[in-house]
Amino acid sequence: MLRVEGLSKHFGGFTAVDNVDFSLEKGEILGLIGPNGSGKSTIFNMLSGTLKPNAGSIQLEGKEIAGTPPHAICGMGVGRTFQIPRPIRRLSILENAALAGYYGQAGAVTREQAWRSAEEALEMVGLPTNADASIDTLGAAGLKKLELAKALATKPSLLLADESLGGLDHSEMDQAADMLKNIRAELGITIIWVEHIMGVLMRVVDRVMVLDHGEKIAEGRPQDVAADPKVIEVYLGSDADEVAAAASRA
Amino acid sequence: MNSKLLIAVIAAILVALPFIGLDSYPLHLVIVILIWSFAYTGWSIMGRFGLVSLGHGAFMAIGGYVTALLWNELGLSPWIGIPVAMICAGGMAVLIGYPCFRFRIVGHYFALVTLALSEVVRQVIIATRDTTGGSLGYTPERHGDGWSVIALQSDDRTIFYFVALFVWMAGIVIWRMVDRSMARYALEAISEDEDASAAVGVQVTKEKLKVTVLSAVMTAFAGAMYCQYQMFISPDTIGGVGISLQIVFAVVVGGIYNSLGPTIGAVITLLLAEVLRIWIGTEAACITDKICLNVAGVPLLVYGIMLVLFIIFLPKGIVGACADRWRARGNNGALAK
Repeated sequence: MLRVEGLSKHFGGFTAVDNVDFSLEKGEILGLIGPNGSGKSTIFNMLSGTLKPNAGSIQLEGKEIAGTPPHAICGMGVGRTFQIPRPIRRLSILENAALAGYYGQAGAVTREQAWRSAEEALEMVGLPTNADASIDTLGAAGLKKLELAKALATKPSLLLADESLGGLDHSEMDQAADMLKNIRAELGITIIWVEHIMGVLMRVVDRVMVLDHGEKIAEGRPQDVAADPKVIEVYLGSDADEVAAAASRA
Repeated sequence: MNSKLLIAVIAAILVALPFIGLDSYPLHLVIVILIWSFAYTGWSIMGRFGLVSLGHGAFMAIGGYVTALLWNELGLSPWIGIPVAMICAGGMAVLIGYPCFRFRIVGHYFALVTLALSEVVRQVIIATRDTTGGSLGYTPERHGDGWSVIALQSDDRTIFYFVALFVWMAGIVIWRMVDRSMARYALEAISEDEDASAAVGVQVTKEKLKVTVLSAVMTAFAGAMYCQYQMFISPDTIGGVGISLQIVFAVVVGGIYNSLGPTIGAVITLLLAEVLRIWIGTEAACITDKICLNVAGVPLLVYGIMLVLFIIFLPKGIVGACADRWRARGNNGALAK
């Protein structure tokens, strides 16, 4: 459903993403990993329309979307979450999701339908659907769930999850990972999951793509990628143990 | 008290007002307050979403001058002139708004750009003084005596009162319609986080432009109304930075988040201005024959002090503060039960 070819992005003289190709089948969960500054977020922002690529193409269901503004990409069925949750604090939890439900479906729905998609999305991620619960009642894990609910309320066919589970404890991480699995199973949504921490991700994804310095250095099944010497080298040092742990889990 | 009953009582009082022997002068004040209330309501429709415009004096001036010029120069009835003026103001709003919103000029920078708009329009009026009369002002030509439908003129205050009352109510209705629309959620979201709003499909530039054009068009209409009523406009009475600031000040005092806030703001500020004018006068006060104080600046000074006090102590304005107090009391009552 998604085909990315020769995608590149420079910031001044710095090459953040260099000639990256990948594609995605319907219903797949693709993990996108790499150390800090490897270009994950830049790719993510180009997919969601926040950044314009300098070169390359992004085709969604055969349609070129590179350089399309974010709201239009959202309207085409691409939902995204933000790494650091960005709720609208002056709206309630339900209103946050309902806003996404209304505008994310390109205004082609009634208010009632928007509110219903919002409630469904909140239920899916396990948040309360009562009308005026304030954002302030949510903790770190709750805010991440709301990010997901907002993206789901737009009824996406492709979900870009900038999960970054740092800041959550182990049970919360597992919960979040299971949630993505459920979303795929129940709603048939294709997912790209961007993550810095490898462990939990490996358990859920069908395929992993590893980035380093803006280049794709490995791609394949989680267990193969985790055993790849290039990947181990990239993660060597601070994350070496984690790679080993991930390999054993996978 | 039942709120529907309260509204009915207020409506009855408003309708009866010209018939209960109200003098010409108080009735004049009420009409002026209604017209300004409409302008203030128009401003707050966008101002409440953090789109603080200091350029609404420009829209008001466009409304008044375009209508009056078309009438005097081309003989076009205000029935056509006012819509044309509103289209001009809407066009001006797009001209200023689109680049601002497209390139994310927000907050103080947006206020500064719109501030410049106020001054540009004022300077244009002054520069074209051969046609517009410059800072001396401009008067639409009288179309016969009494009430003229085609010229939208009347020397009967009662008729004008009902026109102004209707317009004012329309303003409140529009405010409430925006308040209940989905656009309100979008604009609240935009005012907090444009990227996060765009990510859930909100067309940030389009939503901001829509509300800005609505606000500008309403303000232009108020300018035209003011012109038709007063039969005299000048850059200082309906345009320029002074009027722009007056609008912001009144709305801040009344309350920016309530439909009646701008109206209450208009009542307070316009009455205050009248009181200060009558009380202090406009003459220079001379202590000796060499030291004279220009007291015309005193109302401005009082305004300034009040504005600072309100922003610090009552940021939601009078109506907002009362509503909060009322709600708090309601909650306490519920708890006591």
